[in-house]
Amino acid sequence: MPIFKKRTVDDLGEKKRDMPEGLWTKCPSCGESLYEQALVKNLRVCTHCGYHFTMSAPERVASLCDDGTFVEMDATLNSVNPLGFKGYVEKVAANQEKTGLGEAVLTGRGAIESIPVLLAIMDFRFLGGSMGSVVGEKITRAIEAATAEGKAVIVFSSSGGARMHEGILSLMQMGKTSGALARHSEARLPFISVLTHPTTGGVTASFATLGDVILAEPGCMIGFAGARVVKETTHADLPKGFQTAEFMLQHGLLDRIVVRKDMRTTLAALLRYMTRG
Amino acid sequence: MKNALDFEVPLIKLRDELDEARRRHQLSPSNNTATLVAELESRFHVMQQDINRNLSPWERVQIARHVKRPFMLDYVKHICPEFIELHGDRHIGDDHAMPAGFAIWGDRKVLVVGHQKGRDTKENLLRNFGSAHPEGYRKAMRLMRLAEKFGLPIVSLIDTPGAYPGVGAEERNIAEAIAFNLREMMTLRTPVVAVVIGEGGSGGALGIGIADRVLLLENAYYSVISPEGCAAILWKHRQHAPEAAAALKLSAQDLSQLGIIDGIIPEPAGGAHHSPSEAAIYLKEGVLKAIAELEKLPIPTLLDQRYQKFRAYGQFTNS
Ligand SMILES: [Zn+2]
Repeated sequence: MPIFKKRTVDDLGEKKRDMPEGLWTKCPSCGESLYEQALVKNLRVCTHCGYHFTMSAPERVASLCDDGTFVEMDATLNSVNPLGFKGYVEKVAANQEKTGLGEAVLTGRGAIESIPVLLAIMDFRFLGGSMGSVVGEKITRAIEAATAEGKAVIVFSSSGGARMHEGILSLMQMGKTSGALARHSEARLPFISVLTHPTTGGVTASFATLGDVILAEPGCMIGFAGARVVKETTHADLPKGFQTAEFMLQHGLLDRIVVRKDMRTTLAALLRYMTRG
Repeated sequence: MKNALDFEVPLIKLRDELDEARRRHQLSPSNNTATLVAELESRFHVMQQDINRNLSPWERVQIARHVKRPFMLDYVKHICPEFIELHGDRHIGDDHAMPAGFAIWGDRKVLVVGHQKGRDTKENLLRNFGSAHPEGYRKAMRLMRLAEKFGLPIVSLIDTPGAYPGVGAEERNIAEAIAFNLREMMTLRTPVVAVVIGEGGSGGALGIGIADRVLLLENAYYSVISPEGCAAILWKHRQHAPEAAAALKLSAQDLSQLGIIDGIIPEPAGGAHHSPSEAAIYLKEGVLKAIAELEKLPIPTLLDQRYQKFRAYGQFTNS
């Protein structure tokens, strides 16, 4: 029996196809052809049906932070190949090239409607947003900085789970990040977890489900085990909408579903209840 | 030769030969029979040691999964003169894949919790092959808080292929049940000793694995993904699991070199299934030693060391 099978980008075929090509992008939900510039302006949400396309970490920062407030942290942390895993170094380099990012998470300080926060934003384009040593370290440092500075921390998750290529070290990032959240929580400081498409595996089973408040984007896939693994293990038909944000909300597993254009104001409104002074 | 692993077959053949030689020697002792017994004994010993030394990671995974390998409750039976099992998560149900309760470990009062597998179909139906549901993780946490309240050290025995990937488990938030334990175990104001006694399957293992001391039995493994799962992704086929097992660095030796575990508890030659009672002695002693060391620490030091232990995991450069 598999432990839990990590999804590859290929498994997420539907989302892969929605990557924009050229000037026009076809919406995978309603089939409408969308002009790239209009799509970007609309925060990568279909102007026709409201479908939420995946968003890059830099785009996400721009959509959330007050202009000019975001300052990246720990950009110089780089992955190594602790297990000597074949092809891993090349894979990381290729993903850096492809995304222009150093790793699968972007962290830093910023302000949302003038409220100072620590932000960690995962980017699914980078090795499926998988968590290895660097991702775990950057998120932990962001949490620790928030604790030390008495600020809120907000994490946007988008991940296939723990990164196989770093083996047990990836698994231990779950304990590391959760430990930092324990201290942050003991300091009575807020943590808001935002789940975006897709959030699965070891990320779901660590910081992503530990938010004081947990939000999700509409239609995003959230789960521990992959739907295919669940199906293969149980030999049962999956319920309608299984592992979607809407399914999670219905089962009481998250606080709210928030459309992208309202995310910034929602976060600020929540933080005004959760921060003193 | 039922339940024998491939690499054990020559050893088992030799043991049968040895048993036969001993029987003959007992029936009619002579110099010849005595010599034969001595020779076979020596050969058996050498072969046993060779196999032990040269086991590949994949072979160790097979030992870790051996149906005759002692499971959590077997160890409890051998080690604990008293075990009072406590049931249920107080909300949904009682997960038989994750027994827990008060126990006297050797001579120490502790809380013991762990994954339990089954040996036959009926047992495995009850134990769900050692794959716990959210209820199991929540029961574990409830009882660990009880241990903290009454100042009992916690002994966590890990042996799972992974948390259960089912519809109900997802609906009842298996991910959160594990995540919650990761965070809360970090704050337990009592010593926690975790031992991977068989399979350390990913998040399902870590969900009761945040501890002051993390130990592995000699043939146990601990991994982010099963070798089969890794093989399916990398080689597109599960038959490459042996290569995947090597690449994942999941054996006790490799984990020790990576600095992930605090110690390796020896097993009887050939693996714990060759002598569960002997394996239990090593496990009992290993845990008692760890508890004795941890009890010397003031609680704030204990908590800080636990935090720093997990905080330090990870390898990267900063330039
Ligand atoms: Zn659309």
